[in-house]
Amino acid sequence: MTEAIATPVRRDFQRIASWVAPQSRVLDLGCGDGALLSFLQQQRKVKGIGVEIDDQRVIACVQKGVDVVQQNLEDGLALFGDQQFDTVVLSQTLQSMHHTEHILREMVRVGRTGVVSFPNFGYLPHGWSILCGRMPVTKQMPYAWYNTPNIHLCTIKDFEDLCDKLNLHILERATFNPTAEVSWLPNWRATLALYRFSGA
Amino acid sequence: MSDSFQAPTPASTSPPVAIAVGSVGLVQTQFHDFDQPLPLMSGQSLPSYTLAVHTYGQLNADRSNAVLICHALNASHHVAGLSAENPDDLGWWDNMVGPGKPVDTDIFFVIGVNNLGSCFGSTGPASINPATNRPWGAAFPVLTVEDWVMAQARLADKLGIERFAAVMGGSLGGMQALSWSIACPDRVANCVVIASTPRLSAQNIAFNEVARRAIITDPEFHGGDYYAHGVVPKRGLAVARMVGHITYLSDSDMAEKFGRTQRSPAADGDYHYGFDVEFEVESYLRYQGEKFSRYFDANTYLIITRALDYFDPGRQTNGDLTLALAMAKANFLLVSFSTDWRFPPPRSREIVKALLNNEASVSYAEIDAPHGHDAFLLTDPRYHSVVRSYFERIAQGLNHD
Repeated sequence: MTEAIATPVRRDFQRIASWVAPQSRVLDLGCGDGALLSFLQQQRKVKGIGVEIDDQRVIACVQKGVDVVQQNLEDGLALFGDQQFDTVVLSQTLQSMHHTEHILREMVRVGRTGVVSFPNFGYLPHGWSILCGRMPVTKQMPYAWYNTPNIHLCTIKDFEDLCDKLNLHILERATFNPTAEVSWLPNWRATLALYRFSGA
Repeated sequence: MSDSFQAPTPASTSPPVAIAVGSVGLVQTQFHDFDQPLPLMSGQSLPSYTLAVHTYGQLNADRSNAVLICHALNASHHVAGLSAENPDDLGWWDNMVGPGKPVDTDIFFVIGVNNLGSCFGSTGPASINPATNRPWGAAFPVLTVEDWVMAQARLADKLGIERFAAVMGGSLGGMQALSWSIACPDRVANCVVIASTPRLSAQNIAFNEVARRAIITDPEFHGGDYYAHGVVPKRGLAVARMVGHITYLSDSDMAEKFGRTQRSPAADGDYHYGFDVEFEVESYLRYQGEKFSRYFDANTYLIITRALDYFDPGRQTNGDLTLALAMAKANFLLVSFSTDWRFPPPRSREIVKALLNNEASVSYAEIDAPHGHDAFLLTDPRYHSVVRSYFERIAQGLNHD
């Protein structure tokens, strides 16, 4: 129960916690080692469950007392019924999914609201890197072009256009750089974008 | 249902019994007699019966640390350690249960019970029918998973266990665990269901039927009353075992173990052009079948395969598994194995989905392992880590209560 306290809590986690009602039901897609759900269970007493494909991360979730279902997100959310959750989170995973539109639609099918975070490709140093002739490699996206899992990178504006297209109603947005929240010129200055949305 | 690997008997034949590290050691079978008739799903009842039981570890002061392990087709109450009656005989889930093992007997009081109808000490078709003073034979009632759970619940009453910290099983044992969560929701804190299914498929039933026909059509079956004739339908039972065994292994596992290797090729590696054992896989299956037919009772095989066929909790609710599980209050852990084609992962996912529909607490691991259905008996670090982690969480709950 002390894991989340031992490490500094990520600002995006704190913001997500502020968007999640106490004792509500949360589904975390690509939940990793269960850090976010563990944090939400402590802070908001949520009833959470994660989806994760990796064996070691599944074990880490069980160790933390975080319920987890082992499956590939690309296989869809058929296990989950309509409107089963208050909040469905997809944290820094959207950019590595093949079926981007499908997962966003599924999120608002199984949940009343969706929360998505992704690395903002519009971050100015990325553009600078490209001007210098190189694909950007940063702390947020530490991969080379040939081994990156990030196959669907987008900018803040790109994501908002897609929400429009899919009739997703953006309720809140928060943007961060590695040290602080960013409110001025986020499309250039933010490394991470965080959205809360509902189905139309 | 597998057994196959009645874990290999220790190769060492050194006279004093060597107790391995992490073993519960030598364990004596307890026999518990019940004189109250047990009403059965079939409408019949069993007037009195005995259950053969092993226990490992210590029951704590508030009796909250008991774990019931349910066995599959051919296993028994001998879950872990060495049998005091036969020190060469290692428990069927010894890699899972013991001091410091995933189900840690330093923390939990673990109970193994031989099911009714079986042939390892509990009342079964080979037992004496008190009404006739002869073996029950064909007159032994057909049993269901639910009947077993009721008998196990009476054992729990007798041992003073109101609520299990966990009820756990693999394959047919997983069905019993699931059934416990439905039949006795207040008596199961955690339900651990491994390599199991909410019901058999037509294909599963078909394999069972082939096995039963092999037994029943053996001339030495004598309508199930072979005891009186001093014979056993061992050929039929061996074939039944061979058929079952194939379903416990994956295609890739068999390919790796046996391939097309010839047992003892003719000169220049040629075939023998006959019907004796030609390939290693034939030799292996014959050996498994014959070994099994020496220690297992044919009527028990019929009863247990039928219990498998009949298991279908959704049947009470018009096929709605969600509704069938609506009363369950336990937390659940399910595990399936990618190459298990007997009870493949989609069967476990059906259970997970029904539990999610009921907003139950459930975790589910799908282990990518090559060993087919038998994987649940084998040592796989990922599988065992999931179970270990789950039981560590249960243990933490015990300490906070």
